[in-house]
Amino acid sequence: MAKNSAKDIEVTAFATHQIITQPNPLRKVLRRVDEKDTDDPVARAEQALASLSGEFKEWMTTEVNRLSAAYAAIRNGGFTRQRRDELFHAAHDIKGDAVTFGYPAAAGIAESLCRVIEHAPNLEKVPAELFTHHINAILAILHENTKLDSISVSAELSRRLRKVADDYLADVNRDRPEHLEVILAPSIAPAE
Amino acid sequence: MFRIDFNKLRFLVCDDNPHMRRILRTLLHSFGAREVYEAEDGATALEMYSHYVPDIVITDWAMPIFDGLELAQMIRQPESKGNPYAPIIMLTGHSEKRRVTVARDAGVTEFLAKPISAKGLYQRILNVVANPRPFIKTKTYFGPDRRRNTNTAYMGPERRVGEKHEVLQQPSLLDKARSSI
Repeated sequence: MAKNSAKDIEVTAFATHQIITQPNPLRKVLRRVDEKDTDDPVARAEQALASLSGEFKEWMTTEVNRLSAAYAAIRNGGFTRQRRDELFHAAHDIKGDAVTFGYPAAAGIAESLCRVIEHAPNLEKVPAELFTHHINAILAILHENTKLDSISVSAELSRRLRKVADDYLADVNRDRPEHLEVILAPSIAPAE
Repeated sequence: MFRIDFNKLRFLVCDDNPHMRRILRTLLHSFGAREVYEAEDGATALEMYSHYVPDIVITDWAMPIFDGLELAQMIRQPESKGNPYAPIIMLTGHSEKRRVTVARDAGVTEFLAKPISAKGLYQRILNVVANPRPFIKTKTYFGPDRRRNTNTAYMGPERRVGEKHEVLQQPSLLDKARSSI
């Protein structure tokens, strides 16, 4: 359905470019409804997402185990491209998923770890504690998350680890302005 | 007020993380979609794209074999026999400004930074369905119109020459990515 036939596509040529226009191929899926229409697809989807929440701890555990395993492989055999990528992807997935799974502080720590992996000029020279503190903090948050008094501790832990990681990255990238610019740029992700 | 008939739309979801695929599938089915095809890497997604001809592609960035960015570039081949115009929504944990720019330059239509929300996903889909942008082809780019402002004095790289300044008034991809929806 999504593709118009070639005769519907209009190409206007200019000196440096072409502009290609066509009738909206998806116009048929738009339906006008009364303002009083009570159907709310977003609310329906939020409800469906909430119904999955019983599985989130198990999913988070799987993600965190993957991160631990990725770093264990590095401790045993050193950094290779493949091991580096696996560690980054594991941290990156936690960064993206942990808020949805109910672990927002873990997402912040995973983001900090991603930044270290992405911007450290030589991963072999990164102090091992910087990795282990991040990973252990994520493990602790996973195990302690249900305790109300641990939530503020988790957030503080996340802030401090980010500060330590950022200070380290600013120092080791002081002669690499392109990395420094990215490190210091604000995130576009919505705040927690 | 408009609603989308999701049951008439065909989606291709590409994410290497099975949990995120499950979440996306749940959200899309809740919206009313029936046809949701899933791939766990870019190569499989490209095959499925040719086979199923989806109306909308939702892809992660970081994936094995080839990533979401490369998938977007392969779909946006103006001479391809497939459909190079399908809307591509990039759903990613990457949240740096330069990433949005890189995604935009690969031909991505919408950018949605994780964490995912039902509202954010719905609004991106509504936007690509209701407000399609013209496509631009230059020596180095083929994809949705990237311009968002009417700065006639712009003299930077890739300045387009020879047309009136008819620019769609809409927020930039970066502004939309920053929004909390």
